[in-house]
Amino acid sequence: MTAGLRYVYAICRPFGAALQAQLTGVAGVPPKLLSHHGLVAVLSEVPEDDFAEGPLRAHLEDLDWLGSTARAHQGVIDALTTVTTPLPLRLGTVFRDDSGLRTMIEAREAEFRRTLDRLEGRVEWGVKVYLDTEPAAPAPAEKAASGRDYLRQRQVRTRSRDEMWEAAETFARALHRSLAGRAEDHRMHAPQNSVLSGAAGQNVMNAAYLVPRGGSEEFVELVDRAKDDTPGLRVELTGPWAPYSFTEDTEDTEDTENTENTEEERA
Amino acid sequence: MTVVERREIALVDLLDRLLAGGVVITGDLTLRIADVDLVRVDLNALISSVNGKVPPPWQETPREETP
Repeated sequence: MTAGLRYVYAICRPFGAALQAQLTGVAGVPPKLLSHHGLVAVLSEVPEDDFAEGPLRAHLEDLDWLGSTARAHQGVIDALTTVTTPLPLRLGTVFRDDSGLRTMIEAREAEFRRTLDRLEGRVEWGVKVYLDTEPAAPAPAEKAASGRDYLRQRQVRTRSRDEMWEAAETFARALHRSLAGRAEDHRMHAPQNSVLSGAAGQNVMNAAYLVPRGGSEEFVELVDRAKDDTPGLRVELTGPWAPYSFTEDTEDTEDTENTENTEEERA
Repeated sequence: MTVVERREIALVDLLDRLLAGGVVITGDLTLRIADVDLVRVDLNALISSVNGKVPPPWQETPREETP
């Protein structure tokens, strides 16, 4: 094995509890801690053969490798959330050595502290809304007797699809409004491609909400209630996650709402 | 899906967070995902589907890429 690089999962405040002894991170290497300037970096020493720029670049194009690395990364973050509120770093953040890592911590210390304060005790919940495209369009198309019948049937189908889509958007918007009311912050992720997700139906909303741990039960209940009466629609909840979607320093972050205006500004 | 409830996190949900979220460290010591020129078609679609600022789905947005 060649010299070790530092794969960094997260920056945390010092925490008292120990990580699970059998916890392994990326490349099957147990994570360890590096304390610097009152902050703690959680990292694994990983082989240069796999994690230097070239090999990493190549590996990232391998969905299996990416998948298992992502799961290992998440496993460490998950373990950290049981003892602290970690500030997760983006997948694939690698440093040459401890000294490079220390330099980075010094450079971004103030920002890390600010963000850690903002996220302390918060978790992220993912809420997705799907339009069930398959079962809601049963129409065992009776054979059209004439061209006019055919056109009429077609029109009905198109209209019902449009209506379903509209209903889904209305539902998603209302759900989002009510969830955002219980959350400190929210982010919209791109709707997931069903080919990649393997999920049934069409993903119409893919949102993340930042919720205080103490408010989670209430938040989850709100989502559960929304699941009940939604014919043709499906609501999916994931989490609690570490606050991955909310790590951006908010000092100069535009409000999501404002993008509406920017979009319309000029096409 | 018959018996066991699948508790395993879906990879797309994970990548939404790990590739589009998390603190981005820039600097010459690190490799940034954004720099990676992904070749595989499915992965490419996956990455572009989780990256970038995305407006709420209910807005009709003619997304224009003006580099």
